[in-house]
Order: sequence, then C-alpha cells, then structure tokens
Amino acid sequence: MKAKSLRSHTLFVLVGLLLVFGAPSLLSDFRLSLLAKYLCFAILAIGVDLSWGYGGMLALGQGVFFGLGGYCMGMYLKLKSAGPGQLPDFMTWSGVDKLPALWKPFRYAWFALPMAVLLPAFVAWMLGSLIFRQRVRGAYFAILTQALAVAFVTLLVGQQGLTGGTNGLTNVRDLLGLNLRDSGDRHVLYLIVVGVLGVVFIIARQLVRSRYGRLLVAVRDGEDRVRFLGYDPAKVKTSAFAISAGMAGLAGALFVPVVGIISPALLGVVPSIEMVIWVAVGGRATIYGAALGAVVVNWAKTNLSERYPSGWLYFQGALFVIVMMFAPRGLAGIRSTVSGTVAHLRARFDWRDRSSGAGSSTDVIDRAEAVA
Amino acid sequence: MQRRQWRWLAIVLTAVALVTAACGDDSGGAATTNEGGSAGTAASGDTIKVGILHSLSGTMSISEVTVKNSELMAIDEINAAGGVLGKKIQPVIEDGASDWPTFAEKAKKLIQVDKVATVFGGWTSASRKAMLPVFEETKGLLWYPVQYEGLEASPNIFYTGATTNQQIIPALDYLKAQGKTKIYLVGSDYVFPRTANKEIKAYAAANGMTILGEEYKPLGDTEFETIVNKLVAAKPDAVFNTLNGDSNVAFFKQLDGKNLKAKDMLTVSVSIAEEEVKSIGPKYLTDHLVAWNYYQTTDNPANKKFVEAFKAKYGNDKVTSDPMEAGYTAVYLWKASVEKAGSTDVEKVKAASKGITFEAPEGKVTIDGENQHVYKTARIGLIGSDGQIKEVWNSGSPVKPDPYLKGYPWAAGLS
Amino acid sequence: MSSYFSQFFTGISLGAVLLLIAMGLTFTFGQMNVINMAHGELIMAGAYTVFMLQGPLGETGSLLIALPVAFVTAGAIGLVLEVVLIRRLYGRPLDTLLVTWGISLMLQQLARDLFGAPNVQVNAPDWLRGGVEVFGTVVAKSRLFTIALAIACLAMIWFFLNRLAQGRRMRAVMQNRPLAACAGIPTDQVDRLTFFIGSGLAGVAGVALTLLGSIGPTLGTNYIVDAFLVVVVGGLGHLRGAVIAALALGLMNSFVEYWTSGSIAKVVVFVGIVAFLQVRPQGIVVLRTRGLT
Repeated sequence: MKAKSLRSHTLFVLVGLLLVFGAPSLLSDFRLSLLAKYLCFAILAIGVDLSWGYGGMLALGQGVFFGLGGYCMGMYLKLKSAGPGQLPDFMTWSGVDKLPALWKPFRYAWFALPMAVLLPAFVAWMLGSLIFRQRVRGAYFAILTQALAVAFVTLLVGQQGLTGGTNGLTNVRDLLGLNLRDSGDRHVLYLIVVGVLGVVFIIARQLVRSRYGRLLVAVRDGEDRVRFLGYDPAKVKTSAFAISAGMAGLAGALFVPVVGIISPALLGVVPSIEMVIWVAVGGRATIYGAALGAVVVNWAKTNLSERYPSGWLYFQGALFVIVMMFAPRGLAGIRSTVSGTVAHLRARFDWRDRSSGAGSSTDVIDRAEAVA
Repeated sequence: MQRRQWRWLAIVLTAVALVTAACGDDSGGAATTNEGGSAGTAASGDTIKVGILHSLSGTMSISEVTVKNSELMAIDEINAAGGVLGKKIQPVIEDGASDWPTFAEKAKKLIQVDKVATVFGGWTSASRKAMLPVFEETKGLLWYPVQYEGLEASPNIFYTGATTNQQIIPALDYLKAQGKTKIYLVGSDYVFPRTANKEIKAYAAANGMTILGEEYKPLGDTEFETIVNKLVAAKPDAVFNTLNGDSNVAFFKQLDGKNLKAKDMLTVSVSIAEEEVKSIGPKYLTDHLVAWNYYQTTDNPANKKFVEAFKAKYGNDKVTSDPMEAGYTAVYLWKASVEKAGSTDVEKVKAASKGITFEAPEGKVTIDGENQHVYKTARIGLIGSDGQIKEVWNSGSPVKPDPYLKGYPWAAGLS
Repeated sequence: MSSYFSQFFTGISLGAVLLLIAMGLTFTFGQMNVINMAHGELIMAGAYTVFMLQGPLGETGSLLIALPVAFVTAGAIGLVLEVVLIRRLYGRPLDTLLVTWGISLMLQQLARDLFGAPNVQVNAPDWLRGGVEVFGTVVAKSRLFTIALAIACLAMIWFFLNRLAQGRRMRAVMQNRPLAACAGIPTDQVDRLTFFIGSGLAGVAGVALTLLGSIGPTLGTNYIVDAFLVVVVGGLGHLRGAVIAALALGLMNSFVEYWTSGSIAKVVVFVGIVAFLQVRPQGIVVLRTRGLT
C-alpha cells in the first residue's frame, strides 16, 4: 500500500513537472494556449467523472455549469475592459444604455470569482434536490439535464442586451493585472491553470477515497440498498452533482481568460455531450483517466479537424461507439480490457489458466449502468 | 501490479502527445500547405500565403462555401495572370465550423502558425466579433465579405460587404417612398438582426413609420406559425426580414400555408440572395423584395465575365450572389493594395489601400481610407418566378460607407 | 378571438409533429429502456427519402409513396442498429445513449457527404400548398395533413397493439420482460420488431417535416430534445401518456410564445416540466409495479 501511494505521488510530481517546465519550453505560444484550454477541460472532466463515473449520474447539461462559471468571469472581465463607468461594448450595440442590476456586483473580483464556482454549484444543488428527491434518475435525469442545456442556451441567446446573445462575451483584455495579450502573462495564466488543475485533482482524489466517496459509489451500484441502510441517497447524489457543477464552473472561469471568449455555442447540447465522451475515453471512475481523456480527445480534435474537417465527425462518432462497446473503461482501462479479452480467449482454449481477475471491474461498471 | 505499469504508460503517452504537438504542427501543417513547404514569413520563396477561413461544416456552410469558392476563383485568376509582386498566392484553407470560438482559434492559427499575409473570411457577425480581438492583438488583417449591421470599424479589418447605410437604409427609404409605413420586424436571434432592428426603429421614429412588432427566432429554427399568426393579426404594410439561413425556408413555406402572397404580406429581406432563392424555391418568393449591392443580373462587362467564369469553374447550375461577389472583390482589392505598397506588410498595405478602386462585377468600388469600408451602389431587387432578381431601384452612384451613421441625425443615440 | 383559435390550432399541429416523433421513441424507450439518440437521424433519413423520390415520381406521388418507403428505410436502419449495436448493450441504458449519439454524428456526416451540406428542398404538391378557412382563420393544409397523419399512425399503432398477436406480445414484453420470456415469447424477436416499428415511425415523421421546412443533415436534432421531453412527461411506453404530453407541450409552447417570445417559451416549458415531475415523477401515465427500480 505504501509503495503504491509513493509511486503515484512520484507520478503526480512528474506530470506536474512536465506541465510546469516541460510544456512551456517545448511548445510555441499558440500551442501552449491550446494546452491551457485542454487543461481547463480536464478540470471539467474531473467533475463529470465525479458525478458520472463515481456517482452514476449521467448529466448531459454540464455545459450549463461551465457556462455559468464562464459568464461570471466574462462579466467581470468585460466590465474591467470597459473601464469604470463605461458599458461593455455589446450593450452599446444592443441598445442597452444603463448597466443592468445583474451586472453591477460583477464589477468586483471578490464577488465575481467566488460566484463562478458557487453559482453553478448552487444551481446544481437546487436542481438536484428537486430531481433526486423524486427519485428521477438514469435516463430521465440525462434527458432533463439535456433539456436544461437547451433552455439555458436559448435564454442566453435571447437576452442579447444582458448576455451578448450568440456572440457571447468576447474581447477581454486583462485579469487581475495580467495582460491577456502579452505572451509572458499568458504563460503565467497557463501556470495558474496547471496549479488549479493540480488542486482539483487532489481534492477529487481525496474525496473519492473518503467515506463519502465510498458512499457515492455505493449509491451508484445499489441506490435502494443504501437507502435501506439508513442513508439518504438523494443527499449524496445532490452534493456530488453540486461539487461536479462547481468544478465545471471553475473550468469555465479559467477558460474565458485563456481562450478570450465565452459563447452559447460552447454550452449547448452537443458540447455538453462531448464533455461526457472525454471522460468515457479517458476512463470513467478514475480521476487521472478523466483528465487524460479531456486532453487527448481535444488534442485529437484540434489536429484532426485542422487536417480533415469532415473526417473529425466520423472519427468522433466512431470514438463514442468503439469506446462504449469495446473499452468501457477507456484509456485508463485499456490494459486490463485487453488482458481481460486475452484471458477470456485463453480460458476458452486452456481451462487451467483462470488466474487473471482482470475484467471484473468492467463488470462493476456494467452492473452500475444496469441499476441506474 | 499491472495497473501501476499502465499508469507509467499513460504518462509516456501524454509526453509523446505533447512533443508531437510541439514539433509536428508548428512547421505549418494545414492540409493545403503542400508547396513551398518551409514556414517563415508569408512571402517566403516564390509564394505568398493567404488564409481562407469560412465554415465548411455546420449550419452556415450552405452560404460560406460559395464565398470560399469565389475567393479561390479570384486567387486562381490572379495566379494565372502572374500573381502578386511576381509571386503566386497560396491559399491556406481552414474550417470555422459555424462555431464562433473556432473562428477565433483558427484565425490565430493562420496568423501565428501559418504566418499568412492576410485572411479572407467570416460570414456571420458573431464570427467577425469573435475574430476581431485576435486580429487586433496579433496585428493581422481580415477581409470580411458580408453585409453587416455597422457600428464597427476595426483598424485590422476591411469590410467589403455593405454597411447599414448602403443596404438597410436605402431599403427603408424605398419602402417609405412606396408609402409603406407600418413595418413588422422578423429576424434570427443574433447580433446582426438585433442591431439592425435597433437602427430600423430609430429610423422609423424619425421618418413617421410605425414598428408594429419585433420577433426573433434562434438560428435554424423551423417553427414560424406563431409568428405568422402575429403577422396576420398585426396587418403590417411590409415585413422587414433579417432571418438568416434555413429559417427562411420554413418562414416562407409557412406564410404560403396561410395563403399569404407578396401582395398580402410583402417582405423585404436583406439576407436572401440568389443562392438562397434557389434553395427556398422561387415560387414561394415571387414578387418579394430584397436589398443588396449586386445581383447576378447586374448589367456590366465585369459581371458578365465573373458569372461566366464562375459557371465554367463550378458548374452551369450555380448562381452568383452578393457576398460571393464581395469576397471575389476583396481578393482583388487586397492585390491592388499590396502592389501599390510593394509589400505584404499589414501596416503598409493598410496605408496603400486608401482610395484603391476596382471595376468589380457590381460596378466600381473604392476603399474608403477612413473606415476601411468600401463605396458601394445600393440596389433594391424584386424576385422573379425564375429565381433571378430584377433590379427595381439603385442609388445611381456608389454610396460612401458610414458605419457609425454619423450623417444621420436620428442615429445620434445609437453608438 | 380568431387569433386565439389559430394559436390553438398551431399548438395542436405542433403537438401532432411532436407526437409523430415521440411515438417511435416511446416504444423503444418504454420496452427496451433504450434511449436512441439517433432517432433524429432516422427522421432525417425519412425526409431525404421524400427528396430522393421527388425526382422520379413527381410531387404528389413522392409524398404518398414516401410514407411507406420512409417507414421501411428508417425501420431498416433502426433494425441494423439494433442487431449490430444496441442488442449488445442491453441493460446499460446510459452507454446505449452515448453509442447512439456517436451513430447520430456519423449519420449526419454521411448525409452531408451524400447530399451535400446545403439544405435541400421538397416541393409540396399543389394540393397541400396554401390554406383553407376554418372558423374565420386560415389553416395551412400541410398542417392539416400532419395532424391527419398523426391520427392515422396512432390508430394503426392502437390496432396493432390491441388486436394483433404481435402487438400483444410487444405489450407483454413491455410490461414484464422475464415473465413474458417464461411464457415462451421470443423477446429478442419482439425487441427487433419494436425497434423496427419505432424507427419506422421516425421515418414517417420525417416525411411530415418536409412540408414545414427544409431538409438538412441536422433536421432531427431540432426536434429530438422536445420529443424526449414528451416521452418523459408522458410516462414510459404509454401511447395515451405520449398523446396527452405532446398536445400539452405543443399548446403550452404556442401560447407562451404568442404572449411572450420564442426563447422565453422554451424556458417556461422547461420550468413547467421540472415542476410537473415534482408532482408526478413517473409521468402522466404510470405503470404500476412492485419492482424497485
């Protein structure tokens, strides 16, 4: 046990070093800011993994929470760019001549930054406590969250004066003294993203190892049994959903200064479901798998869509199908999936070899899905 | 034990991924980069790289692919005639995927990785607004070929489509002259219709017109029955239509479902050109009005040549439209500016562009040095049952672009 | 007054469209607990069928012949999906959802490559153009056709489920799969039939949609989320629930939009649904069961 955790600590430090020192020296500014974007997505993916991989709640509206975080940050940055007493540019061309009351508190960093995490968590908590209390779950929950994404995006688009409409919030310049157009400062921003990812990673890891984490997995695998034991599964699920939303919000808040835009197109049904596939590809119910999946899939997206614009959609579709059908544990489980298959094949031909226990955790996931 | 080993593998994979990302792509690896392989400055060797950035996939691809085609045609023509400054133009094509953040990302890639001399691209105002900070930050140059809502003049963008006073205001003047003063506004829900409608409302207030109502639908929406019901109840003289893309099909089909022809419910559209007429079906659109600066039927020698060349290159059933013409013109205006400047350097090109003229298919166009827009002739057209648009009015001479509507007292509060 | 009537009619016709789309979903979802995200692309397949037939057959012929052809085409695609993929994911509904989403992405791109990215047009036959006057308002004939089509499909499905042996088997599997299997019903055959019919109905819905707007690769995605909501509100696998839910959502959408605006309507409807699920978490029609999950 000790050797094991020592090893994973070493690994954590190694990856950390690679991201902090390796990447900036290897990558051009353009690629580095892309990497920063992927790492934002990795933060979000860890959240998705908590609710889906560990909690069995498939939320197809994670984009909403990402967006709430992003817009909180975006509003702050827009007001900062506009300067004191001035209106953000899009309000001018949308015919708004007074700063709406909703925007006023976002002038202050001490309000806007915490809100980027707290607001999505709160919305998720509200929604979760309404939905889970009624024991709406599984596919019903997935569809409801998807409808939430539709409603949220329609609302954002429809309120151009308040939200910038389809354009979203663009043209942001500085964040807490960092000039977002300066390459040195963008490097600092990248390091901030790496740092936040590290903290989120540790939090998530401690969480799933704690008593609460075991309870969450238990709810995934047998909600009714947990209830019979005297726990309230609704509370467990609601809190996990809220934490996951908070992480999505955090990711959104970092995404805005990194990419320089937040718009409804990033938050709708399609991007939200893509977020789930990152986790599926990386390997659900492993924290590092989720983060890895987000980076790898987005990296592939950037590169493939640069070369074959239409091929990307085929590839993405095939990725969904192949991962779900043949490697439900994703990249993180590819080894045991392969060795499980090999063992399975070998067992067919050689009855003596039954020692390999690989593949059993795949069964756990399968059963969890069946129950959900 | 196996699992531990796998983790090491994961790390190695990530590292490999990072290194490939670093080495593999910065040497300028877009699909079209196949000649003059060495990256460096835009004008290295005997080619000049330019970016073409339109949506080749997604909901906007229907419109943007045609503009990409006409821009490529202009590039081919220029290359065939000897190129620019003795060098061939080499297009680097990127897909904006109808997604605004993707436009910003690809624009950055074109400038920083491919090091293009200039970019021709964009269609929706949302994509332009997303790209604008990128071009200002990297000091790049964008040629934007579509009519838009005005109230913008970035030093790093040339606008070769119409601004408001070259399209929407002439259309309103025309309606007013025809005695049609009760107007209903229907548009897609994004920045162009909303801002254009804000300007229309200001115009109406100053010109004795009444706005009976204002309705928006998300891009791509196909349920218009409620809006049609509202139109029937309001009985406007004309509907000012700023719907974009596929929604137009549903809107006109559903007007037809209520037995409403042009004589019962006249519409004036600013986003329906020949291409869209073809896809909606001329029988739903006969006798409705549109406002643009160019039609396929526009009568002059440059246009005759343009239409013939386009059909020869892309097929006889293809039509030409205003944004395609503006994209085509943009390439030639850039060429003329580069030749005058003797360099592809952005600042020198901008300085040289002042007053550059070109005999475009729409007639003579001139770059206004002040705001980097273009003098264009406004034209109102009537859609015929054959799908072609017949000009019923034009402004006589090219109109000076006025993106901030400074020449109109009623527009004082707008910007 | 007449504007309220025409708005009422708009709501009903929207409800009819939703019902046509949701009818197929309610079977596959209800019986097999499969959320088929590619349902929207089956709708698209039906719509493109009309487009393909339009050339050789002319407008009237293509529309009428397209109904059975689209049913079979979409049904066949659905059947292939069931046999090749979905059957293997039985009991993993959330994984099925993601797999079918992947399929839907590929089908969309396939449509783009086959028919081109631009939307295509189906010309409605002349007898479906224009409108007729009913109680002082003009009602579009294409809408009447859609409503008639929804009613006809409903009647046929009702007949099938209640009067034919195949249909009764389907209901048996839907209500209690193990018991049905014990009674000797070949459940996997029934599953395949269900999937064929459910997917076929999507094709028919696609034919109806060609009358309202244009046909493009993303045609299905515009309607699919609403259709899923109909299924959720209606209750699993219940035609009666689906009918009530579709009409209620259609009317609610059209009236809220009439009084406010399109974007507000979407939000109001969503809030309404969440509120409704507080009262009836299982939907309008509930299958009584002693089972736990």
